[in-house]
Amino acid sequence: MATSTEKKIRVVVAKPGLDGHDRGAKIIARALRDAGMEVIYTGLHQTPEQIVETVIQEDADAVGLSILSGAHMTLVPRILELLSEQGVNDVLITLGGTIPADDVPQLKALGVAEVFGPGASTQDIVDFIRGAVRV
Amino acid sequence: MATQPRLTDFERWEREAFGRTPERDAPFSTISGEPIKPLYTDADLPADPDESIGLPGEFPYTRGVYGSMYRGRLWTMRQFAGFGTALETNLRFRYLLDQGQTGLSTAFDMPSLMGHDSDHPRSLGEVGREGVAIDSLVDMEALFADIPLDRVSVSMTINAPAAVMLAFYVVAAERQGVAPGQLAGTIQTDILKEYIAQKEWCFPVDPAMRLVTDMIQWCTEHMPRWHPVSISGYHIREAGSTAAQELAFTLKDGLTYVEHAVARGLDVDDFAPRLSFFFNAHVDFFEEIAKYRAARRIWARELRDTFGARKPESWRMRFHTQTAGVSLTAQQPLNNIVRTAIEALAGVLGGTQSLHTNSFDEALALPTEDAVRVALRTQQIIAEETGVANTIDPLGGSYFIEALTDRMEERAYAYFAKIDELGGMVEAVKQGFPQREIADAAFRYQQELESGERKLVGVNSYSEGNDGEGISTLRIDPQLETKQINRVRAVRERRDPEGAKAALERLEQGARDEHKNLMPLLLEAARADVTEGEIISTLQSVFGKYSESPAF
Repeated sequence: MATSTEKKIRVVVAKPGLDGHDRGAKIIARALRDAGMEVIYTGLHQTPEQIVETVIQEDADAVGLSILSGAHMTLVPRILELLSEQGVNDVLITLGGTIPADDVPQLKALGVAEVFGPGASTQDIVDFIRGAVRV
Repeated sequence: MATQPRLTDFERWEREAFGRTPERDAPFSTISGEPIKPLYTDADLPADPDESIGLPGEFPYTRGVYGSMYRGRLWTMRQFAGFGTALETNLRFRYLLDQGQTGLSTAFDMPSLMGHDSDHPRSLGEVGREGVAIDSLVDMEALFADIPLDRVSVSMTINAPAAVMLAFYVVAAERQGVAPGQLAGTIQTDILKEYIAQKEWCFPVDPAMRLVTDMIQWCTEHMPRWHPVSISGYHIREAGSTAAQELAFTLKDGLTYVEHAVARGLDVDDFAPRLSFFFNAHVDFFEEIAKYRAARRIWARELRDTFGARKPESWRMRFHTQTAGVSLTAQQPLNNIVRTAIEALAGVLGGTQSLHTNSFDEALALPTEDAVRVALRTQQIIAEETGVANTIDPLGGSYFIEALTDRMEERAYAYFAKIDELGGMVEAVKQGFPQREIADAAFRYQQELESGERKLVGVNSYSEGNDGEGISTLRIDPQLETKQINRVRAVRERRDPEGAKAALERLEQGARDEHKNLMPLLLEAARADVTEGEIISTLQSVFGKYSESPAF
C-alpha cells in the first residue's frame, strides 16, 4: 500500500447543471493542483451521469462539485445516488457555490462531506481534502 | 523633466510629505492591480484636454453622451427580474409598473438561456430558478399579458437563443396589435462574451456570429426603436477579469459586431446608433469611473475614425450598469448594501444611462422582496439626497480621474493590438485568449486575498466567525417546474403538427443557405407554436454544437 507522500490525491472538479459560472471552479482546480494534487476538471454543463463516469474512470479520491444555479437540491442527490448505484462509496464529496445555509444539513445527511460557500479560502479546502482523504 | 519647476515642486513636496510619515503598508494599486501614485497634479492631465476631455454631449463624449446628462433626466432605474413560469413573472412585472417603473428587464432561466425546453432532461432542477422559463410564443404572450408593449420598454437578457426569443417577442406584440416598428427595448445577443465569460452557448462561434448579424440587419430594417445587441462587459468582470480587461474585451466585441454588419453590406450609420453597452460597477471607485469615461472615448474615436461613421448617434456609447455581484460576500451580508451603494455611485459619476443595484442577499440566492427594495432605495437616495446629479461629470478635470482614464485607454489599446495579432476577436475567442487572461486575473486576485495582501471586510479581515448565518433567502417553489413542463407539453399537443413541422423544415433549409437571413423563418416558427428547444436543435443539426476544452 502506497503512503501519502508517494501517491498524489486525485480530485475531480466538476460543474454539474447548466450554469456557466466557472470562476470558482477554476480557482479551486488551480489551487488544488498547486497544492500537489492531481486535478481533473470536467468543464461546464455536465450531467450527473457524465460526472459519475469521470469519477470512476479517473479513479478519483475526491470530487469537488460547483453549482451556482440553485439546482443543487436536484443535482447533488442525483450524483450521490448514481455513485452509490455504481458501488462507489469511498470518494470524498465536497460542494461549493451559492448554497443557502438551510440546505446544508440535508446535503450532509445525504453524504456530502463539506460545503464551501462564497469566500471560503482555497487553503481551507486543500486542508480539508488532505485531512479527509486516505490514499 | 527635472528642469520643469512644478516637478521640482512635486519632488520637494514628496520628500517633505513622506519624510516624517512614511507610507503605510498597503498595496496602493486598484483592485485590478493598476499602480496608483500618492498624488496627481496638472502634469498628469492629457496634453490636449480640449480634444480628449471636451464637453458633455460632444465628441469624444468623455464627459457624457448627452449635453444635459442628469441635469436633464436622471438615469433609468431598471431592476432585473424573473423567476418561475411566465405567469409569476408577469405578476411581478405588473407590480413593478404599478410602482412607477417605466421599463422592464427580463431574466431567463438556465434552460431558456441554453436553448433547452423545460421538459428536456438537462433542464431538471433548473426550470424557473434563476429566471423565468420561456419555451414558446405561448409563454412570451403570458409574460407580457396586459402590459402595453407599445408603451413599455423591455430588456431581455438572453444571448445564444436571442434570435428565437426576439421572434417570440415580436409575434407576441403583433398579437397585441403592436407592430415591430413600435417596439422599444433591448435584447442582449452578445454571443462573444458568452464564449469568453458567461458560458451559455448553443452553436459554434461562426454560425452564432451569423445569427447576431441576421438580427442586426433585420432590426435595422424593421425595428428602428430596438437595440438588437447590448455589448456586455458585466459577465466578463464577474468571471474575474480586471477593469482594463472588461473594457478592452467588451469594446473589441462591439467593434467585431460592427465589422461583421459592415461586411454584410450595412451602412454603419444605419445600425451603430442602436448598439448599446452594459458594464459592471465594481467596488474600486475611481477605477470604475475612469473605465466608463475611457469606454466612451474609445468607442467614439473607433466609430468615427476606423468605421467612418458620420452621425454623432453612431459615436455615442450609451450603457447600462449593474453593481458587481462578484463583490458581494456571503459573510456579514448587510455590508453588501454599502458596497452596492459605492458601486452605484461610481456608475452614476461615470455617466450611466440606466442602473441595476444588486440586493445584499445575492451571494446566496435570488433576492427577497425586502432586499430588492433596499437595492432600489439605494439608487433613489443617490438620485434624490446626495446632490451628485446636480452638475454634469463632477469629476471631469480631476488630475487623478483624467490620468486614470488615459491609463485605462492605453491598457485597452494594448489588448486590441494583442487581439489583432491573433487574427481578431473571433479568432482570439476560438484560441481561448480572453478566457485565459480572465482566469489568470481571477486566480491572482484570489491569491492576493488569501495572502492577506488585499483585504475583504468580513471575509479575510474583521470577521466574526458564524457570519453567514441568520438571513432568510428566497425559495422557488419546486412545483413550478412541473407546472412549466405541463405548459410546454400542452403547447405541442394543441398546435397544428403539420404547420410546426413545415416551419422547422423551412428553418433547416434556411440555415443551410448562409446568404439567407433567418429572422423571417424564426418568426414563422414562432407563429406555428414551435418551441425554443425544437428551433435550437433544428439549427444545431446544421450548425453543430459548441464545447469548450476544459482548461483551468
